[in-house]
Amino acid sequence: MIAEALIVSAILFSIGVVGVLTRRNAIILFMCAELMLNAVNLSFVAFAKMHGVTGHVFVIMVMTIAAAEAAVGLAVIIAVFRHFGTVDLASLRSLRG
Amino acid sequence: MTSALDGTIAEFGWLLPLLPLLGALINGFIALAPRLRTAGGQGTVAQREAVADASHLTTKGIVSIVGTGVLLLAFGLTIAIFAAMRGVGLEQPFVRTYASWMPVGSLVVDWGIQLDQLSILMALVITGVGTLIHLFSIGYMKADPGYARYFAYLNLFVAFMLVLVLGSSYPVLFVGWEGVGLCSYLLIGFWFSERANADAGKKAFVVNRIGDFGFLVAMFLIWATVGKLDFVGAHGALAGMSGSAVVVSIALFLFLGCAGKSAQLPLYVWLPDAMAGPTPVSALIHAATMVTAGVYLVARASPVFAGAPEASLVVAIVGAITAFFAATIALRQWDIKKVLAYSTVSQLGYMFVAVGTGAYAAGVFHLVTHAFFKALLFLGAGSVIHALHHAYHHSGRHDDAQDLRNMGGLARYMPATAVAMAIGTLAIVGIPPLSGFFSKDEILSATFARASSSPLGTTSLLGIPGDVLLYVVYALGLVTALLTAVYMTRMLVLAFAGENRTGAGEQSALHEAPAVMTAPVIVLALLALVGGWLNLPALIPLGPVGVLEHWLEPVVGTSARRLAGSTPLAHETEWVLVAVAVATAMAGIGYAAMQFRKPIQDKEHSRADTGFAGVLSNAYGVDAAIDAAVVRPVNVLAGGVLARGIDVGVDRTFSATGRLLARTASFIGSRVQDGDVGKYAWLVAAGALAMLAAFTLR
Repeated sequence: MIAEALIVSAILFSIGVVGVLTRRNAIILFMCAELMLNAVNLSFVAFAKMHGVTGHVFVIMVMTIAAAEAAVGLAVIIAVFRHFGTVDLASLRSLRG
Repeated sequence: MTSALDGTIAEFGWLLPLLPLLGALINGFIALAPRLRTAGGQGTVAQREAVADASHLTTKGIVSIVGTGVLLLAFGLTIAIFAAMRGVGLEQPFVRTYASWMPVGSLVVDWGIQLDQLSILMALVITGVGTLIHLFSIGYMKADPGYARYFAYLNLFVAFMLVLVLGSSYPVLFVGWEGVGLCSYLLIGFWFSERANADAGKKAFVVNRIGDFGFLVAMFLIWATVGKLDFVGAHGALAGMSGSAVVVSIALFLFLGCAGKSAQLPLYVWLPDAMAGPTPVSALIHAATMVTAGVYLVARASPVFAGAPEASLVVAIVGAITAFFAATIALRQWDIKKVLAYSTVSQLGYMFVAVGTGAYAAGVFHLVTHAFFKALLFLGAGSVIHALHHAYHHSGRHDDAQDLRNMGGLARYMPATAVAMAIGTLAIVGIPPLSGFFSKDEILSATFARASSSPLGTTSLLGIPGDVLLYVVYALGLVTALLTAVYMTRMLVLAFAGENRTGAGEQSALHEAPAVMTAPVIVLALLALVGGWLNLPALIPLGPVGVLEHWLEPVVGTSARRLAGSTPLAHETEWVLVAVAVATAMAGIGYAAMQFRKPIQDKEHSRADTGFAGVLSNAYGVDAAIDAAVVRPVNVLAGGVLARGIDVGVDRTFSATGRLLARTASFIGSRVQDGDVGKYAWLVAAGALAMLAAFTLR
């Protein structure tokens, strides 16, 4: 039972990682990051079945932080769009080292 | 350990150093606190100034009363303890420990005091002479803006000096030893706004470091050998090892410390320069008390020195050479304080001759009488300088108020000082029945007696038999007595006899010092007159014989007997020695009185000394030699090699390396951080993978 849950979690996480690494749209990047977080949540819940309530506590924590992060992240994306007229991260390269 | 003094006033011995310390704190606070402000805006300027003056006077009054009062209280307490000690006939030292200082493994050092016949005698001299000199200072420093600071330092000095003599172990003694060194530094450079004075203070401090190195090594050796540092324990343990190389080394290293503090060859150079301080300071610190700490230490460590006859011989020889050497320099000094300074070095040499030959009581006796007559001479010189200074101030002329060539005929203007100085001179020269005669005679005859038969005479040093060396020491002592008579009479004659050379415009302003200054001088003159009765020789029984020697018997008696001869001198021999000593002194006085009656020019019109006189007045050029051999090479090494070479070089290397590192790092950092979020994501992923790999593949 736990093995299946962990496999699903790993697949979800990998999809998130690949999304973050390959896509250039900020919104999609954002969604992929959320996917990674929830993949981790899934494995937490799965382990909580064996190790007690701590996993659940973590999941609640992660969801709370993710909600806050979503609010801030979307606000940043809106601000970026207003300023540059695009959310294509490849074109946002005014910081030259 | 129970003592006969348990439960007596001696239980309050700890108060002795604390009383002057309290005075130092109060006066130090007054010196640091901003001048008391008076209410402004009301009344005329003159009224406000009067109020300010009054408050200033009150401050001075408080400082004077506190500064001198604590000394007087300490003196009273010392007398009470002394009386209690006399009453019970103390055999063993009264030791009290109050707190633990350094309990480190097997090294245990406690804060404690030791009251015995030697320490209470020293405390009597310090607080007694100290009180007189504090009193004198009230008059001498009256117009000085640093009045409170001066008394704070002086009180602090007495506190440390009492720690030095009352401490019950070597480390506690060392605290006092360093403390008086600090106060000496502060007071030599008291008028620090003049470069030369500040430099003189530094010189005293640096030269004393060399001696302190010896003291420290001696302490390390004592601890390494017997594992104890308190006097009672360490001396008891060392007594069983007499004659061993380690005891000789301890004694010699201790003596190196003494040579620094007590200005013996080759470390005497700081004392003449120390005259840069106020004259009462020279009287208290650089004549009566601090510089005799070395003599005290040898007497205190007499069990060590008695167990090392070779080291004792070294002490006596160094003392004799110093006495002679300094006396020759004093012959041709023009600064009245320099004459007295070299005289002090010379007299300290006598004391070391005494303690080196095992005549500890004689050494301490000379210490006490010297404290009387040298403090007297310095305070008298202070009165003279004070008078000349005021006279020059009055006429607005700038001239040297300390130069003998600017004095002359002062007996007419300041008769009391002149008489007191004459008494001091006769005492130091050794004219019977003044104090110096008895103490010096005792030293000379003790040396002579040790040469004819004693353990010292049968030892040898560098192949030279001890008795030969002791006869040389005696001869040097005798020649020094002659030189002492010459230079002291010269000083007296130049300052007080003949025509006055101060200047026509200044003579009317020359006057006797105020009562607060003459009173201590007169008391000291009386002490210098009768101080010899403290320890009359059996040869001249004008009263109770050998009081001081009997008094010190429990402390130094055993050690003294170990170095003394088995057969005392015959009475006839002793009479001959006395006659020779007195005849020498008389000859010196006679010669100098004839020689220096000739009129001389004042300083402005005098030519510099030439020939051998020039060498003497230049003190053999020792300072210049040390400057060339030590000071300048050290400066070159420090400034050129160490500072410019190593310091700056290392500094530059480090800065350059740092700059290069910072630039490289910033170049790499700025290339990576270019705003490409995709690259960041790849780097984060790569980092996470690397960490994962590191943890799993470990």
